[in-house]
Formats: sequence, C-alpha cells, structure tokens
Amino acid sequence: MFSRIRTLIHARNLEFFRDRASLGWSVAMPFFLVFALALAFYGDNKPLFKVAVYQPSAEMTAKLNPIFGLEHVHFYTTDNLQRAIDKVARHQTDLLINLNPSTASAEQGYWVNIDSPNGYFMEKLLKQVDPNLKRHDTENHPIRYIDWVIPGVIGMNIMFGALFGVGFVIVRYRKSGYLKRLNATPLRPVEFILAQLVSRLFIVVFLAVVIFMISKWILGFAMNGSYWLLLLVTILGSLSMIAMSLMVTARVSSEELAGGLLNMVSWPMMLLSGVWFSLEGAYPPLKYLAQLFPLTHMLDAVRAITIDGAGLADLTQPILVLSLMTLVFIVIGAYAFKWSDD
Amino acid sequence: MTAIIEVKALRKEYPKLIAVDGIDFAIEKGCCFGLLGPNGAGKSTTIEMIEGLKKPTSGEILFNGVPMNSDFKKVAGIQFQSTALQDFLSVSDNLTLFRSFYDRHADLQDLIADCDLSSFLEQDASKLSGGQRQRLLLALALVHDPEVIFLDEPTTGLDPNARRQFWALIQKIKAGNKTIILTTHYMEEAYLLCDEIAIMAKGKLIARGTPDTLLAQHFGDNILELPTAALGAYQPKETHFHKGEKTEIYTKDMNQALRGLIDSGIDLTHLKIRSRTLDDLFLELTNKDTEEKVHV
Repeated sequence: MFSRIRTLIHARNLEFFRDRASLGWSVAMPFFLVFALALAFYGDNKPLFKVAVYQPSAEMTAKLNPIFGLEHVHFYTTDNLQRAIDKVARHQTDLLINLNPSTASAEQGYWVNIDSPNGYFMEKLLKQVDPNLKRHDTENHPIRYIDWVIPGVIGMNIMFGALFGVGFVIVRYRKSGYLKRLNATPLRPVEFILAQLVSRLFIVVFLAVVIFMISKWILGFAMNGSYWLLLLVTILGSLSMIAMSLMVTARVSSEELAGGLLNMVSWPMMLLSGVWFSLEGAYPPLKYLAQLFPLTHMLDAVRAITIDGAGLADLTQPILVLSLMTLVFIVIGAYAFKWSDD
Repeated sequence: MTAIIEVKALRKEYPKLIAVDGIDFAIEKGCCFGLLGPNGAGKSTTIEMIEGLKKPTSGEILFNGVPMNSDFKKVAGIQFQSTALQDFLSVSDNLTLFRSFYDRHADLQDLIADCDLSSFLEQDASKLSGGQRQRLLLALALVHDPEVIFLDEPTTGLDPNARRQFWALIQKIKAGNKTIILTTHYMEEAYLLCDEIAIMAKGKLIARGTPDTLLAQHFGDNILELPTAALGAYQPKETHFHKGEKTEIYTKDMNQALRGLIDSGIDLTHLKIRSRTLDDLFLELTNKDTEEKVHV
C-alpha cells in the first residue's frame, strides 16, 4: 500500500515540478505577497489611531504637544476641513482637530464619530490636554462602521465571483479542448469573451443585489443615494473585474498557473482597495497602486452613494475610470486570447 | 472533377521539429479522402492547417481555387477525435448552441434522425455512451450543412457494432455529395469509406491513390498462411515471414507456391489464403513491420 502511495506522490510531484509555469508562480506568488504586505504594513509600530490636524500652527502644536508625542498615533495635516470631517464620518480618520485661530470660532475644536471606538479613546486623550475643547459630531446621523464595511464586503464578493468564476472556467474550457472545438466554428474571440462577460455579469450582479437587499433588511445599514446609480456602479465595477479576469487568463491552460495569477490580482485588491480598512495615511505609492484596481474605484463610488448620497455628477470620475478599464481589459484580452494551448 | 481543396508545398516547422515537410495534394469535390499515417507522421498538423486552426510556416491551401481564409470555417464541419462539451448541457442544448454559430443550417429534424439522436435528445451530453457521443459530435459538425467535413479518427474507442453504425452514417453523408476528409488508424475503415487515400510518414506524403490502385502498385501478390510447425524444415522459395506460430508466404504465382508445398508433403489442413490489405500496405510503407524478414 505504501509503495503505491509513494509512487502516486512521486507522480504528482513530477507533474507539479515539470509544469514550469505553475511552479514559477507557486514560488513567485508567496514572495510577492510577503513583500507586498511588508511594504503595505512596514514597521513594527503600525499606528493604532489616525488623527487629522487642520492647518496646524506653532501655537497649536505647542498646546497639543503632550499628545503629539504619543506613540502609536499617526498625525497628519489636512487643508480641507470638510473633506477631513467626511473622513471622520466614514471611519477613515479617528479624530479631527482644528485649533487654527484664523478659522471661525464655531469651526474650532475637534470632530469625532460617536460610533467609533478609536475616536472615543482619542477624545479621552485630547480632553486630558484641554477639557474645554469644543466637540463637534460628524453629522446628524453618524455613520457606523457597518455602513462603511458592508459595501466593501459585497464588493469583495463581486471581485471573487468575477475573477475566479470566469478565469477558471476559461482555463478549463481551454484545457479540455472545448475552446479548440469552438475555434473550428466561425465564432470570433471577442464574441466568445463578450458572451462570457455578460453571462458572468448577470450572475455576479444578481447575487450582489440579493445580498445587498437581504443585508439591508436585516442590518439596516446606510443607503442615502439612488438605487439605480448604485446598480450602475455595481455593473461597471463587475464588468471591469470580469474583463480583468478574461485578460489575465487569455492564454493560460493550467489551473495552477491561473490560480496563481488570479491570486496575484485578487490579494492586493482585497488589501489595498479599502475593503476592510482605509488606506488613509498609508505610503503614497500604495495609494497610487490602489488606483490601478477597479475594486478601489467601485468601492469609492458605492460608499459615496450609500453614505454620502452622491449623485451621477459627483461620480463622473469613477464611472469613466471603470468604463475605460473595462474597455482596455477587453481589448487586451481579445487580442491576447488563445483558443488552445497548441 | 474539380479540386475543392488544393494543398501546395505545405510546410509546418516548430523550433525543434518539421511536422509537415512540403506536401502537395488535391481533393476532389464529393470525394472521401483518407489521410493515413503512424502517430507523429504529421497528418493531424496537416488537417489542422487545412481547417484553419494552425498557420502553415509556408505553402498554400486553396479552397475552390482561391486561398483559404476564415470564411472556410462557415462551410467546414469538423469532428475532433475527442471534444469536451460544456457541462450540464443536453444533446438538444448542444445542437442549439452550435447551430447559433452559423448562418446556414441543416434541417434539425433530419439531422437528429440521420444521426439517431432522438432517443437521448434531452440527456446530459456528458453522460452519453461512446457511440452516442460520437454521433452527437458528428451532428454538431453537420449542423450547418457543410460542404467539407473533417472526421478525425471518428470511430476510435467504439465497439465493432457502434463502428459499423458510424460507417453507415458516413456513407449516407457521402451519398449527399459531401467532401469528407478522414483520418483513421483503422485500415478496414479507410478501405471501406475512402475513394482516395494518402499515406504520410515523417511529415512527407509517401503514397497517394485509390486503395485498390495503391494495393496493385505495391503488391500484386497473395498471402498463404500456415502454422509454422506444419512447415517443418521446409524453406519456401518465396518471400516469407515467421509471425509467432504462423508463417506467411507471399507469392505472385499461387500455383507454383501450392505445388511446392504439396510436393514437399506439407499438411495444408490449416492453410489460409488472403489478398493484401491496406494494413499490409500501411506497414510496408511506414516501416512499421517489425517482424523478422527471413527471405526476399
């Protein structure tokens, strides 16, 4: 019995090690993840709190010196007060301080989201320095973490459905010779790709809508904008990620290689697109990298609709970016597409 | 007769291999053309270049006298030896899907009847028997009433009964004046179905003609088959091969060979006489005969 098992292990090892493309990715992928994560979360003392300071002055710095010297708190300056308030409301920043004497006295003080545990602790610390500082709540109806994170979770679900639901199917079709049979018909690559795109789009969007509606009904998270606009952004985001999957697997005929490639795309997207946490205060290169991912633009737009009630005019940029990404991915995918691995 | 397909100086090179080495042939309209050869001879590469699935390194392929282009796929029906189909689609779903790829359509009811698909039309295609599956694959190749039909080892793996049913089906298609290009390892199949055959080896075309013409050109003799033990010490003058317990004697003069056996007192109880077949021709031409040749 052990002899048979040993022979089977050997055969499987040969299969794995002789598939150089898969082997390469199996080795490269962990390295990539290790270095990408190390870059994203570099340093032993990752800040526990993020505090924005509006136009700091020398006087203010002196006043707040006791808390500015605290470890594990990341202070950053901002020149846009309203934007900074929005970030506190969205749990992207724990506290906002404005002690600039040049601003109106009504705008001085600090902003905190009453639903934020981190904000609660930073507020306690700030009060130790000056108990008379004026407190501003972020808005009339504070945004809970769940309001911020649920769109991210649904977006992540769309991402996995789009990337793996299409990529692996294409690779399986190619490996089994089904694509070769289709190539013997007048069907063109772009027709095949569009058919896969639309089919998967329907499934992914349908599931996202069902999950959204049930979650909203049970959890009652914020939805301050237009449902139709939300559907449009969801469709565009899904389309771009399906097209991305088609592009990535346009020439691949090994499931292991496809898995490596799709992981290489999905993991950075999951970490950097703001699914679970904001990249506020992260290294600027990471923020630029995140802009290359369709999920980043989709989540920004979805949160703008659900949390801020943004309209079509406010979302011109993400809509254009997602449309352009979809187009580019489809064109590259159709150009690079191979029916068979011959 | 006019050539529907002409292949001129066709060549396909890979980095370390010349798969097809400058071959020429023409196929007449309405002909069943058999392309035979051992594994690795280059016949699949040749067929796939004609089908438009692979690009030739050099050479030319003409369809109805003009260079072949992507439109050829509209009039070509292709059955690969084994093709995976989409999971969870029935026979009927597959027919509908493949019909949608073409502007021209064969009559679906006739096709279902001809390929004998009616009894399992709603069955999952992945659960069909070998014979049923091959009939479905043939039907998929015929959904658009093609002018040229490529059949790549269509009966490999089928039991003798299913194979004969399939032959009958191909003969029915032939009767409709369709041009068929067949690759097969079964010489009996090639002899039965093909009007013309070409044999390839090492990327080159080594023989071409009707099966009977080729047999006459290369042999013109008959074979006497006897148990080796019955021959004893007798050494026939004619070419002969020992094939285990049997010995085959090849002769153009049957009377003389028989007389030699009778005069030597050989027991002829188990004597068998047979004509040359395409199997013999194939082995002769492709040097696949590994049996011991003792006398020429």
